Amino acid sequence: MNMLSLSTGFALSVAAYAAGAFASLACWRRPALARRICCSAALAGAVLGGLTSVLGILRDTPVAWSVPSGIPLFAYSFSYDALAGFFNLALAIPVAAVSIYSFGYLKELEGKRNIGLFGFLFNLLLLSLTVVFTAANAFLFLIAWEVTALTAYGLVTFYHEDRETRRAGLLYVIMAHIDAGCLLLGFALLINSTGSAEFASFRPLAAVLNGGQQTAAFVLFFLGFAIKAGVIPFHIWLPAAHPVAPSNVSALLSGIVIKTGIYGMARIFLDVLGGVPSWAGLLVLIVGVVSAVLGVLYALMEHDLKRLLAYHSIENIGIILMGLGAALIFRVAGHPMLAAVALVAAMFHTLNHAIFKSLLFLGAGSVLHSTGTRNMEEMGGLIRPMPVTAFCFLIGAIAISGLPPLNGFVSEWLTYQTLLAGFGAISGLRRILFPLAGSMLALTGALAAACFVKAFGITFLALPRGAKSRNAHEAPRTMLIGMGWLTLACAALGLGVTWFLPAFDAMTEQLLGQRVSTHLVTAHGLVLSAGMPTSGTVSPLVIAVGLLVLMVPAALLVVLGVRRFGRKRGPVWDCGLPGLSEENEYTATAFSKALRMIFSVLYKPRREIQAVFDVSPYFPKEIHFESEIEPTFEKRLYAPLQEFIFRVSSRMRTIQAGSIHAYLAYIFVTLVLLLLFGVRK
Amino acid sequence: MTEVLINSALQLVLLLLVAPLLSGTIKTLKARLQMRRGPGILQSYRDILKLLRKGMVIPETASWIFSAAPYMVFGTATLVGLMIPMTTTHAPFSLFGGVLAVVYLLALGRFFLALGGLDTGSSFGGLGSSREMTISAIAEPAMMLAIFTVALGANSTNLSEMAKVAVGQSWRFLAPSQMLAFAALFIVLIAETGRIPVDNPATHLELTMIHEAMILEYSGPYLALIEWGASIKQLVLMTLLVNTFFPFGLSSDWTLQTIGVGLAFYLAKLLTLACMIVLVETTNAKLRLFRVPELLMVAFILGALALISTFLF
Repeated sequence: MNMLSLSTGFALSVAAYAAGAFASLACWRRPALARRICCSAALAGAVLGGLTSVLGILRDTPVAWSVPSGIPLFAYSFSYDALAGFFNLALAIPVAAVSIYSFGYLKELEGKRNIGLFGFLFNLLLLSLTVVFTAANAFLFLIAWEVTALTAYGLVTFYHEDRETRRAGLLYVIMAHIDAGCLLLGFALLINSTGSAEFASFRPLAAVLNGGQQTAAFVLFFLGFAIKAGVIPFHIWLPAAHPVAPSNVSALLSGIVIKTGIYGMARIFLDVLGGVPSWAGLLVLIVGVVSAVLGVLYALMEHDLKRLLAYHSIENIGIILMGLGAALIFRVAGHPMLAAVALVAAMFHTLNHAIFKSLLFLGAGSVLHSTGTRNMEEMGGLIRPMPVTAFCFLIGAIAISGLPPLNGFVSEWLTYQTLLAGFGAISGLRRILFPLAGSMLALTGALAAACFVKAFGITFLALPRGAKSRNAHEAPRTMLIGMGWLTLACAALGLGVTWFLPAFDAMTEQLLGQRVSTHLVTAHGLVLSAGMPTSGTVSPLVIAVGLLVLMVPAALLVVLGVRRFGRKRGPVWDCGLPGLSEENEYTATAFSKALRMIFSVLYKPRREIQAVFDVSPYFPKEIHFESEIEPTFEKRLYAPLQEFIFRVSSRMRTIQAGSIHAYLAYIFVTLVLLLLFGVRK
Repeated sequence: MTEVLINSALQLVLLLLVAPLLSGTIKTLKARLQMRRGPGILQSYRDILKLLRKGMVIPETASWIFSAAPYMVFGTATLVGLMIPMTTTHAPFSLFGGVLAVVYLLALGRFFLALGGLDTGSSFGGLGSSREMTISAIAEPAMMLAIFTVALGANSTNLSEMAKVAVGQSWRFLAPSQMLAFAALFIVLIAETGRIPVDNPATHLELTMIHEAMILEYSGPYLALIEWGASIKQLVLMTLLVNTFFPFGLSSDWTLQTIGVGLAFYLAKLLTLACMIVLVETTNAKLRLFRVPELLMVAFILGALALISTFLF
């Protein structure tokens, strides 16, 4: 029964997405209808997919089904297990919000854009993501992976008149194909050893592969998934592509599409290959630390609201990789229990990031919708015209900064505990890496808090910095409902974490043979513990209630004081120079100035000031200020690489003579060589 | 349950009362060392009482965030105070949050205060917020490394557990790792409580100010809450230092006598640490803002050395 309803639910959700895709394409001449079809189909698919995923998460044994295709090595094989269920849940929660949000968001585009095409790409993206998370055949997986990349490309370049958008799309599609190429080679390696492309047939392989093959498989898969996840130094496409997409799409790209990389690592490294060597785990951990710290440092320098959020995705992927790396190391070192806790930390952060990053992108989308700009320097004071958006964004900002009592805090807390436990569990000098990684996580968290003080403070507080934000208005109700749903999810997963933990049990059981939820909860479900008897406990719920209770006497004092001695509104202290205006306000650039100077080794900032004055240099009439930081990776790594590729291609151009005879000769020679190769085997 | 409630109530009273006394004592000691008479150790109480009986002026530009910040600062500081062992090893809220919760709750208060600074639209507020978030961000890794060194020794991040382990080995602070960790945390304490050489708590009249710039627009009861919260935060951080490294007088029993002895020891230890702070404040000049990271880097390196020396000794 359970099994039947699971596959039915999966099929229905896929069918909803597919119907939405084709129906909205068919109705492209009637934009209002296409918009409704696109959003309702996505919502229906998400609700069905979400309900199915709950069934999947709780199942101990996977449900698998396969339809042969007649093509060698290829079959429509699906396996719906706890890991698939978990990622489908992480897909369904933001998608439900985004599709409700899109009812209002897309309305603006009616008549200006082809909403039918948008609905087609959007629903097809969701469909392909669902298949990526459930495919059990290498080629099915790769096809779904490719469809994800192509539909995402279509959505990223939806505003294709803009040159910046086209360039970002091109960069995205190039990187997406490099990663698909790596995965193809990785799977080819596995298929070569087994003669089958089914994931199930790879599983006994771990024992068969020799050291070199194992290393090669790890490197190829890691490259492929790391590029997809936007890990530094393969991140350059992410801050380019995510901001230029429509905001509802940005929410999905950052919220869930990059998580396919995390899913892939969990699926291949933990499930299919059944563990990777210890150095590989360390590599994942270190790459995670680097991504987290550099991601947030680059985010701090942004004053484009959506680019800032995109860089935070890199940071959070880094935090997830810290947990995942620790899980890989503990598994090899023979600590399945610790590995399970580390995996819970990583997966919980994956889900949490999917939720609060979608929320923040939707909030940024409302701001963009209302002000028409992504530049924070033109915003300000938006909390007055847009109170609900501001509140939702604030909750998202607290959650992503890892502050208690919301969900971001809980998963970062688990990551800290994992890293601390690693110091005791791993032998040798390398164990010092764990507390060091913990301290870098602390740096990341504190810098993220600084960045979101800037993002929220400059965008929503004080006075408007331009006409665009002076005329701002609140977003339509559907958009607010979408954001409100995610805001609730942030609070619920933080405060109610102890009731949510059993959701990880089947997954950790399947991948590591351990169920940990009962170890992670003490004191009748009130307190989250780190799994070991004496290693640390925390209770977000009690923290939240305690904060509220302790604020009551403070509020009484204030109320009593105000009642007797009054309270009035007055102008801000202007240093005796009357007429304080928005020009006196701190800007986003100024806010991050201190950090720009402290980390100048990394940023290599350049600034240019031109002042025009009449009488004295102390009273300038005009000042022109320009400041920028060096895009290190683009300049030092990718620019030389690009130059190299261009050089090689221009050499190779000599064989491209443009003569059809020459090309026929090439084809013939290639054919002969391939035949010889085949015969020799 | 009742025990937790009584313990919480006692500790809450202690927190609310000792915190201003400690600030007042530091001010007086500092004045005496500088050949001034000083305001007297009760001055902080008078300040808070005075502020509570003043009218409030709210900037025209401010939103509800400006009003929320004082409550958050006060609430987080007092809640954190309940998670930390003061007179016995029993912290009433130890089970509900360890040292990580302490650090992150203080960060939550700071997050709101920095937003409150930006909310006024005055450039001072923004300046203060920017500097406060910057300095706390660089202080964080040093703080965590030092705390990890202690937590790894105790195998727990819960402060009561850490205190219990420390009680078992009172002379542990002589170990190199502990001394290095203490030095690192002391520097972080100076930075986090905004003292010379990082920030000058005595003035809001210079452009180098950090904390005072952020709260420049607050007045009346809101300012009282912020000042009170800041002094509680200072007390909490000092308690963290004295009780995890020097567990003298801490008892794991919970009787009237142990509480009394614990209280006497606790106050004496606080006074000693206060003297150290006063000495540092008096003998140093305030650093330029961009020299502060160097100081905090020293703290980070001390923390890393502390961690490494746990291998060696």
